[in-house]
Amino acid sequence: MDADTGLPSQSQNGQYLLLRHRDTPSIGELEVYRRLGGFEAWQKVITSMQPGQVTDVVKTSGLRGRGGAGFPTGMKWAFIDNKNWPHYVVANADESEPGTFKDREIMEGNPFQFLEGVAICAYAIQANAAYVYLRGEFWQLAAWLDRKIAEMEAAGLLGEKLFGTDYSLHIYTHLGAGAYICGEETAMLESIEGKLGQPRLRPPFPPSYGLFGKPTVVNNVETLTNVPLIIEHGAEWYRSLGTEKSAGVKIFSLSGCVERPGNYELPLGTTFRELIFTHGGGITGDRQVKAIMAAGASSALIVANEEALDTPMDYESVPRVGAQLGSASVIVIDDSVSIPWLINKTMHFFKHESCGKCTPCREGTFWMMHLTERIVEGSATLEDVELLQDVANQVKGKCLCALGDFSTEAVLTGIERFRPDFELAVAGSAVAN
Amino acid sequence: MKMVNLTIDGKTVTVPEGTLIVNAAKKVGIDIPVFCYHPKMEPVGMCRMCLVEIGRPVIDRTTGQVVREDDGSPKMQFGPKLETACTTPVSEGMVVLGTSEKAKAGRQDIIEFLLTSHPLDCPICDKGGECPLQNLTMEFGPGESRYLYDEKMHLAKHVPLGELIYLDRERCIQCGRCVRFQDQVVDDPVIGFFQRGRSLEIVTYSEPGFDSVFSGNTTDICPVGALTTTDFRFKARPWELRSAASICTQCPVGCNIAFNTRREAVSGGKWVIKRVMPRQNEWVNEIWMCDKGRFGYHYSKSAERLTQPLVRRQGELAPATWEEALSFVAERFQQAGDGLFSIAGGRLSNEDLYNQGKLTDSLGGKKVLYGTMGGGDLTAQSGLVPGSNFSDMGKETAILVVASDLHEEAPIWWLRVKQAAERGAQLIVANPRPTRLDAYATHLVRYPYGSEAGALLAMVNTLSAKRPDLPEAVANLVRSPELKAAAKAFAEAENAVILYGSEGTGLETSTALAQSCQNLLLATGHIGRINNGLVAVWQRVNDQGAWELGWRPVANLPEAMQAARALYVAAADPAGDDPAYLAEGRLGSQEQAFLVVQDLFLTATARLADVVLPVQAWTEREGSYTSGERRVQRFYPVVPELADSYADFSVAGQIGKRLGLDMEIRLAGRTFARLASETPAFTGLSYARLAEVVEQWPIVGRGDLYYGGTTYENSQGIGVQLPLTSAGGLSWPKLVEVGMPKIGLLAVPITRLYDHGSTLLPSSMLHQRIPEPYVVLNDQDAERLKISEGAAIQLIPAEGGSWLGVRAIARLRSDVPERIVLVPRSFGLPVAGPTVVSVRLAERVLA
Amino acid sequence: MFAEKYSDEIQAILSKYPPEQRRAAVMPLIYLAQREQMYVTKQAMVEIAEILGISSTDVASIVGFYTLYYDKVGSTYRVQVCTDLPCALRGAEQFLEGLCNNLGIRVGETTPDGAVMVEAVMCLAACDKAPMFQVQSGDGLSYHENQTVESAASLVAELRRKAQSKRRDGHGR
Ligand SMILES: Cc1cc2nc3c(=O)[nH]c(=O)nc-3n(C[C@H](O)[C@H](O)[C@H](O)COP(=O)(O)O)c2cc1C
Ligand code: SF4
Ligand code: SF4
Ligand code: SF4
Ligand code: FES
Ligand code: FES
Repeated sequence: MDADTGLPSQSQNGQYLLLRHRDTPSIGELEVYRRLGGFEAWQKVITSMQPGQVTDVVKTSGLRGRGGAGFPTGMKWAFIDNKNWPHYVVANADESEPGTFKDREIMEGNPFQFLEGVAICAYAIQANAAYVYLRGEFWQLAAWLDRKIAEMEAAGLLGEKLFGTDYSLHIYTHLGAGAYICGEETAMLESIEGKLGQPRLRPPFPPSYGLFGKPTVVNNVETLTNVPLIIEHGAEWYRSLGTEKSAGVKIFSLSGCVERPGNYELPLGTTFRELIFTHGGGITGDRQVKAIMAAGASSALIVANEEALDTPMDYESVPRVGAQLGSASVIVIDDSVSIPWLINKTMHFFKHESCGKCTPCREGTFWMMHLTERIVEGSATLEDVELLQDVANQVKGKCLCALGDFSTEAVLTGIERFRPDFELAVAGSAVAN
Repeated sequence: MKMVNLTIDGKTVTVPEGTLIVNAAKKVGIDIPVFCYHPKMEPVGMCRMCLVEIGRPVIDRTTGQVVREDDGSPKMQFGPKLETACTTPVSEGMVVLGTSEKAKAGRQDIIEFLLTSHPLDCPICDKGGECPLQNLTMEFGPGESRYLYDEKMHLAKHVPLGELIYLDRERCIQCGRCVRFQDQVVDDPVIGFFQRGRSLEIVTYSEPGFDSVFSGNTTDICPVGALTTTDFRFKARPWELRSAASICTQCPVGCNIAFNTRREAVSGGKWVIKRVMPRQNEWVNEIWMCDKGRFGYHYSKSAERLTQPLVRRQGELAPATWEEALSFVAERFQQAGDGLFSIAGGRLSNEDLYNQGKLTDSLGGKKVLYGTMGGGDLTAQSGLVPGSNFSDMGKETAILVVASDLHEEAPIWWLRVKQAAERGAQLIVANPRPTRLDAYATHLVRYPYGSEAGALLAMVNTLSAKRPDLPEAVANLVRSPELKAAAKAFAEAENAVILYGSEGTGLETSTALAQSCQNLLLATGHIGRINNGLVAVWQRVNDQGAWELGWRPVANLPEAMQAARALYVAAADPAGDDPAYLAEGRLGSQEQAFLVVQDLFLTATARLADVVLPVQAWTEREGSYTSGERRVQRFYPVVPELADSYADFSVAGQIGKRLGLDMEIRLAGRTFARLASETPAFTGLSYARLAEVVEQWPIVGRGDLYYGGTTYENSQGIGVQLPLTSAGGLSWPKLVEVGMPKIGLLAVPITRLYDHGSTLLPSSMLHQRIPEPYVVLNDQDAERLKISEGAAIQLIPAEGGSWLGVRAIARLRSDVPERIVLVPRSFGLPVAGPTVVSVRLAERVLA
Repeated sequence: MFAEKYSDEIQAILSKYPPEQRRAAVMPLIYLAQREQMYVTKQAMVEIAEILGISSTDVASIVGFYTLYYDKVGSTYRVQVCTDLPCALRGAEQFLEGLCNNLGIRVGETTPDGAVMVEAVMCLAACDKAPMFQVQSGDGLSYHENQTVESAASLVAELRRKAQSKRRDGHGR
């Protein structure tokens, strides 16, 4: 609690806002969650707020999407086409970006706050059905959420004529079956519709043409989990957390060569240094940090110099070191790691996950994987490195969805920023140090 | 329509709002290369071949005005990325750069990517020479691929997707055209992508494989040589081929086609047909055709063809010279005088029917159209007027399809009606059992078999003050809310079209049906305007033409024939279709009538004949057909004629000449000119008129194969739709009470696309799709009768009859009305109309 | 027949989607069809297609696109070790190699009794708990995190016992 205002401050030393199970391990039980004020926001919006007011509050709060693109959430809700009905909410729980594992923890630990967020979003756009799309591997988690949804229904928090009003809402889970691309929102919609999980052409965007061709809001799990707090404590309070343009808290998934990998709930604007060294316990062994990927495998490689380490992790600052914050999945790479090897890893991933719909990504990821393989094996020449760079440039900016561009990030920044590693690899030795 | 101005590669273009950039470019002759985009399908933006630079004028947020540069030109903003021209609609002031360095580099990049997994086996590829990938590589591709060939994936090259279409996995560029065509255009999603990423492959899981009557079209639109037909695979190279324009003869749609031929050493230097391709006619078949038309043409090449006249001598048919045969025939016809009975099939051309008719009329004989459908006079009075086009039908149109399983009777009409419904047309499907058109219907009307005319009159009844009397069987339909709603929708639509078929009807019921169709059109004012009127789904390509030229079917042919002293049967095989003719000695006994048969094959009827006259197939000669939409269309010689052979019109003409008549015997065109001068509906028509063409959209053929596919451009005639003949007033038809029998079942004829017709069976390629003779029973009835699926059965007509020996396989379905047996036409069970039968199990000796 | 045997489950699945969007039920139905034998038979594809009013090719396409569906007989259990970048940075590749050595098979192979197949997979959203793997069977998936070769090997041994008794009961392959 903030002593002056009585409002919750955030995380780490204080109180958790999203990962509340860390403070209260039993918060996944309905009566515990309710005892701590859970579902008051839900009741409040249904019984005392107009849908548009809810959207306005979220707009004012400055909440931005936590799924990667950082799009203003309230603005997305306001785009919903009110001439076309019914509307749907789809919660994006596909969480498949290498290095990302925050949504899973939220849903496992603090499921009701997430579901309450889904519900409030549904009310704001007047949807009567919401789907939670979980990656297929979250099989047990889906069963857990199904139980939680059933508990809410039994308690009259979901279902028909809620809180004595005419408003009804059902939430359903839908399991994917192993496809990273289904995290892309339009591929996800196709997947729910029972089609191949391939992205759609955009525009039209989901708020005008979404699930089953109807206006739909797709939001990330973490994004939605923020919503009950915003309703409860107000937009101004939320704005006071984080930085001016990047409001609120964020869960940083920290992985790779650090002592204490894990999720860290911190205000946006926390520096890389603080995350890696203060919270993550620093680099494993006697190693130096060499590079950072801030958005999982889709990241540009940040050269981990002092300037980079002191960069605040928010939507505006990370681009200054030539990268994006994305889903804030921070992969730490120490100086024992060969960058060509790393890139080969990411290329394996993207080649495996390319949906194949568009030519440059389908062919380019395959080709880049081949080239990085050759480089790692030591059977390549410097021309192959040039070719790899060419191919990446050939893919970049020409694909149907963002996955194609993602696949080029590490390649292009790797070659540009860690060239000696490539020269060494070509010369037959794996690590540049 | 709001028009939008833009520039593409420096050319100014004005096109309707909503036009895609690729199409706007095409209209001014700029080819933006495409692979996945096809003008007949929704854009998907998959292949990224069409990337261009797009600039848009900067608009001042506050004023809403275009921001200007110092020189007054609009300030343009170009996006950071290339954009796909196939998915981006034009906008005012847009500047499109398709040939800038950036755009060219983009194209090169995409081509190079496509080639990384492509085998580049053009020299042995069937598409070589008409392959968009090959052509585009020449035009835009990088000089050489930097990809290492030994790292390419090697994939299966001969994957059968069923027995008609083959897939070469290495050549597939995953453009999805084939999958989308099957899914979106023809709604047979029987091929699909399997796996993902670079492992994507085309598969089929249907039984039989690639189970769609439209499958061949995918080989036309596949932009590479990945899909090929069994017919053409490895048979020839596109550049060795000549093409000749023709018309498909398998159904009344009259799809425009092109035959490809080649001179072959193995055939002794003869010209041989290598394949059939659709030929564009946006008023008829657009750029499509069905597999029956594409693969069923082989009958013309059959070794069973007759090659010389036969005359019966001492009881045996023996070869004779034309002179002998024709003189003999002329002599006997002269003797027969008004006892000449001409029976012609609707497969004959206008010219043939005209000459045979002329001959028959001059002797005072009788002209009989072989068939069981009525109403061709009414379609001439109330048909589609010139300018009508299914492609233009949408929201403002109602289409009523009655007594027709359109998908089986005329596949391309089914497709075009379906698409009109998808564009918003009210589609009323009236049929006693469900058909494949139901899925797109806005209104479904069910009536009992035999009551089709009554059902339509019931519709009139709910609308108009003039109330026709209704038979009991349909009286209750008047109260049916579905029928009422359908009638209302039909009446209220600005335009309305009726297609009536021959599902369950015989000549009497069909005639009554046609009359009630006309009544409904008259009652609702849907005659004489574009996109309004009546269309018969005939059983033969030129039935409509026969009606126009005065040929009429008769109710009871075997009986009517009794009066004949001479029979002149052309393109018809009554004895083959109905063994009654044999059993009862109605044909071929000398005491009866002198029998002349004019045909391609030695049919069952020909075997009984006194004289058999061979004729040329339609691929060997010229002529014209009148389609069900009353479009008169020309076909051209494809291969040289056989030695000493004549077309039907010429044979009839030569007989006529021997009778002293002035008849044309050499030129089809001149025959047509005579026809046109004597037949009011044809006034002013000539072969030259029929050969006229206009610019069509989308542009296909030409050099830009990648755009629409390998469908042939129409350079030899789009045909002419006939004007209406004067219409009669409202007169109610004589309704035939069919009703259910007290005992037994009601057998009704239906039409199947893949039947046992003499023009289909010789094409062995389709044999796997042609079922054994079968009938369809209601499953409850079958249970009662203890008939199981697949049992061999016989139908016993209640009024006696001669088809006791004919066996068929029983198929059981729940969606066949109770106490109904569906009997496919031309499968050996001669059910000419609703017929009361009993069913019994046959001994299991089915061949 | 699949459709008869699981009619209650099928109804429950269908009820999650709008009636005119039955096709949406295809993914859960494929999981259901995979329950007994860890792969989807052609017959099941035909039945699913019929239930949903789509073509069996449509169903097959979905089976082919996603990695957790199989169209061929395989092992009873699949041990899927994450070796994606973050896990690899924490020794996942060595772990996988160790496990395979322990079992005497190579990556992608199945134990001789047909019970367990070991393969490498992409990130499973447990990167902070490497080495980790999931076990897939017809009954679903379970996560096993912070593993050692020893703990994993003993789990595999247990799975092999289970597979054997499953087979005795007439399930499995
Ligand atoms: C290839 C790809 C994968 C993605 N994966 C995820 C994901 O796993 N989870 C997620 O929330 N968003 C993912 N996204 C982003 C979504 O498309 C979408 O932007 C997001 O769900 C919107 O929610 P938000 O506004 O709350 O962030 C992915 C995007 C792409 C292009
Ligand atoms: S970029 Fe890759 S994942 Fe995205 S649509 Fe294209 S092929 Fe599919
Ligand atoms: S087979 Fe031809 S049409 Fe079909 S996806 Fe491959 S290249 Fe495209
Ligand atoms: S629809 Fe009719 S005319 Fe057209 S190709 Fe098929 S059979 Fe021939
Ligand atoms: S993306 Fe435009 S033609 Fe394929
Ligand atoms: S990389 Fe292994 S779970 Fe994420």
